[in-house]
Amino acid sequence: MLDKINFYQTGSNTVGNRLLNPAMRSIQASVDRPNSLISGHRACQGCGEALGARYAIDAAMRATNGQIMVVNATGCLEVFSTPYPESAWRLPWVHSLFGNTAAVGSGLAAAAKIRAMKNGDTNVPRIIAQGGDGGTTDIGFGPLSGMFERNDDVLYICYDNEAYMNTGVQRSSATPPAARTATTQLVGEHPGADWGRGKSVPLIAMAHGIPYVATATVADLRDLEAKVTRAMSFHGARYIQVLVPCPLGWGLKSNSTVTVARAAMESGFFPVFEAEYGKITSVRKIRQKQPVLNFLKMQRRYAHLTGKKADPNVVARLQALCDTNIKNFGLLGDDEPNGVPTAIQAYERSNRV
Amino acid sequence: MMNKSFAVTLEPGTSLENHTGSWRTLRPVNVFKLPPCNKQCPAGENIQQWLYYAAEGDYEHAWRILTEENPMPACMGRVCYHTCEGKCNRGFLDESVGINSVERFLGDYALEHKLAFKRPVKETGKKVLVIGAGPAGLAAAYHLRHFGHTVHVVEQAPEAGGMMRYGIPVYRLPRNILDAEIKRIEDMGVTIECGRKVPDIEAEKKAGKYDAVIITTGAGISQNVDIPQGDTNRVLSALKVLGEIETKGEIQIARRVAVYGGGNTAVDVARSLRRIGAEPVIVYRRNRDKMPANEEEMDAAIAEGIQVKWLSTIAGATKDSLKIEKMALDENGYPQPTGEYEELPTDAVVLAIGQNVEKDILAKLEGLNMERDNIVVDPETMMTSLNGIFAAGDVATTDRTVTHAIGMGKNAARGVNAFLKGQVYKKQPKNPDAKFEDMHPWYYTDAPKTVRAELEVARRTSTFDEVQHGLTEENAIFEARRCLSCGNCMECDNCYGVCPDSAVVKLGPGKGYEFNYDYCKGCGVCAQECPCGHIKMVPEQI
Repeated sequence: MLDKINFYQTGSNTVGNRLLNPAMRSIQASVDRPNSLISGHRACQGCGEALGARYAIDAAMRATNGQIMVVNATGCLEVFSTPYPESAWRLPWVHSLFGNTAAVGSGLAAAAKIRAMKNGDTNVPRIIAQGGDGGTTDIGFGPLSGMFERNDDVLYICYDNEAYMNTGVQRSSATPPAARTATTQLVGEHPGADWGRGKSVPLIAMAHGIPYVATATVADLRDLEAKVTRAMSFHGARYIQVLVPCPLGWGLKSNSTVTVARAAMESGFFPVFEAEYGKITSVRKIRQKQPVLNFLKMQRRYAHLTGKKADPNVVARLQALCDTNIKNFGLLGDDEPNGVPTAIQAYERSNRV
Repeated sequence: MMNKSFAVTLEPGTSLENHTGSWRTLRPVNVFKLPPCNKQCPAGENIQQWLYYAAEGDYEHAWRILTEENPMPACMGRVCYHTCEGKCNRGFLDESVGINSVERFLGDYALEHKLAFKRPVKETGKKVLVIGAGPAGLAAAYHLRHFGHTVHVVEQAPEAGGMMRYGIPVYRLPRNILDAEIKRIEDMGVTIECGRKVPDIEAEKKAGKYDAVIITTGAGISQNVDIPQGDTNRVLSALKVLGEIETKGEIQIARRVAVYGGGNTAVDVARSLRRIGAEPVIVYRRNRDKMPANEEEMDAAIAEGIQVKWLSTIAGATKDSLKIEKMALDENGYPQPTGEYEELPTDAVVLAIGQNVEKDILAKLEGLNMERDNIVVDPETMMTSLNGIFAAGDVATTDRTVTHAIGMGKNAARGVNAFLKGQVYKKQPKNPDAKFEDMHPWYYTDAPKTVRAELEVARRTSTFDEVQHGLTEENAIFEARRCLSCGNCMECDNCYGVCPDSAVVKLGPGKGYEFNYDYCKGCGVCAQECPCGHIKMVPEQI
């Protein structure tokens, strides 16, 4: 009887809850979760990437009964988790170059298949390739597209913190407009990152027609776990981009990692959706809509937009960008996504926002 | 020893070697805060705790926690004015939690399942006399018995219950419920002697070899006001009316009755009269905003068709009408006469303008400090100016509600218990307040309060059937699960889940969580994402 009664204390918005039956709790709520990325790693305080990586890999471990090998691009995640001779990973883990992660993943997948065939083993380990947004959207983009078009059996997870954080916060093609980075300083007429640059890799991945593409954030654990689990149910090339706020690079208080990711999600700044074979199949609806200002004002990289000398037009444009996302992806209420959405950068370039 | 590659000198190992706790400047700690409902409750109930168990469906455990403070939940779930709900933090979100209705559900559950209080483990051999078996006396007796003392209660009325029996109408508190909850206290070994008035407290104490006495005689005399009466318009007191309805089931009174006063008693009288077929009109000298009566009760009275004359006083009475003087509020909110009069056709007047303490036996106690109408007691120990004589309930306070009486009775019992051990009772310091600002409301989902079904107005006005119906089990759990668990852990696993360093240890059901300070970097995400504000970041001592 108790299971049937709606749980109105925190619903299923929290990680777990004593009142839910264990099957309904998240993987992260269980005492014996895999903890694939264990304590003692050297990530900064409040690191979103460390959190996102544990969430995602733990879910994949559960989905495949621990039959996972990981290829990790050079970047923060690799550096903080595995400074030789220590590693925080508790599964087979390979470090690749900055740009060839997808290719190494393809090779590992092929090798695993052949090896299992040779040994007469029906159990083929699954491969996850992972990296930051720099290694994915810029440097490793060629190999990534190759992996997609060959439909190699690899899940590629991009931990998107919107810049090259490991080398000192340089702009990447995932950096949003107006954000301050080391290479987009607050100078000139348009301080921060330029408008009309960058690309939407999830939409590019969808254009490859691969089985599964999704976006997620560290602020919705159940959504992230469900997506990784869903991804592991497919064979072929799959892509998940997880928004992982970086306290250092975004100029956040270390305790605000999850809160700021939630604001990105609830303002429409970062649309959360999933697509199968090039078509959007579901969208994570905004639960309590917030203005983009709530997202901006937590971050020092946007301090020039919220202070006394701020240009209200820039905030208005960012808000228009969020509103366009909400409309395109159908993020509110019962709205349906409008076919395959156009990359938001197209709106920037055509000066429509 | 492995064969090392070029330039490699170290063995590979796990990152657990690296104690990142040394980076920390702030340390997360669990704090227990005082939820606003607990703070507000005049009976000092641990509401958040019993809702916690009720939400799990462990009603007996919930009831045990509840009765640690209040022995009469089925009665309180009906008659308490639940000021706790007014302070509920959930009110900022949607609607406050229906605490009172869950309390009633638990009380009824206990009666239905015949749950009994545990008898004391050890008898102390000390004897305590409680004078008056109203809510304060019964609560005091229960707690004293719990401590292992021998308790004897003497009540002057024919039955125990005090104002719960002779003041509160049946439609608010069915007597079988009251009887059952009193019986349960008696079953602990408390003896109640009814129908005898204690003539001399000191003599009684000496004769019965009592170690302490608690006076809980209440305030049972209706206050009088002088109404110039031309002829034979009947003037009755509220308590006489309510008492007669209780004992005889009805009262011979006229059809058109004016009830004079604006407190809860006035409303009780008016609603009771309506049920025996009279047409009561409440006459009150101020307006609704200034009315001390409980708002819900007043709403119910108006819904039942009871008329109210606001800003009116009775200037005089004749055989079949009243002379009403209109009042106006001055800038301080006090009513001032306007000199305008009107006639109100009435056959009788019931005075419900307050109650006084019966002073005749108190007057015999030499050196007993009184202030106006009340015995003066030490607010912490509840001891009067006389050593070993305590007082609680209406006789010792101007805040005269059942809930307050039950709380005072409990405090008096604690005061007596300490006194019997040769100590002085000290109240425990309270935890800091759990404020809504310290919580993370995003996590809570919206859900409206399950409003107790009310009897159809038409049916209610003619019978004394209980007006408010209880919750079903499904509704009760629903209500309990709406509790935000302000400032106290509800085991949602959020801290455990959101730690980027896996430095929160989950200890298992009912045991909560622990921080692993070897690895905790002090980022504060756990504190930020805790829905109920149970985690605080404190500076590390360096």
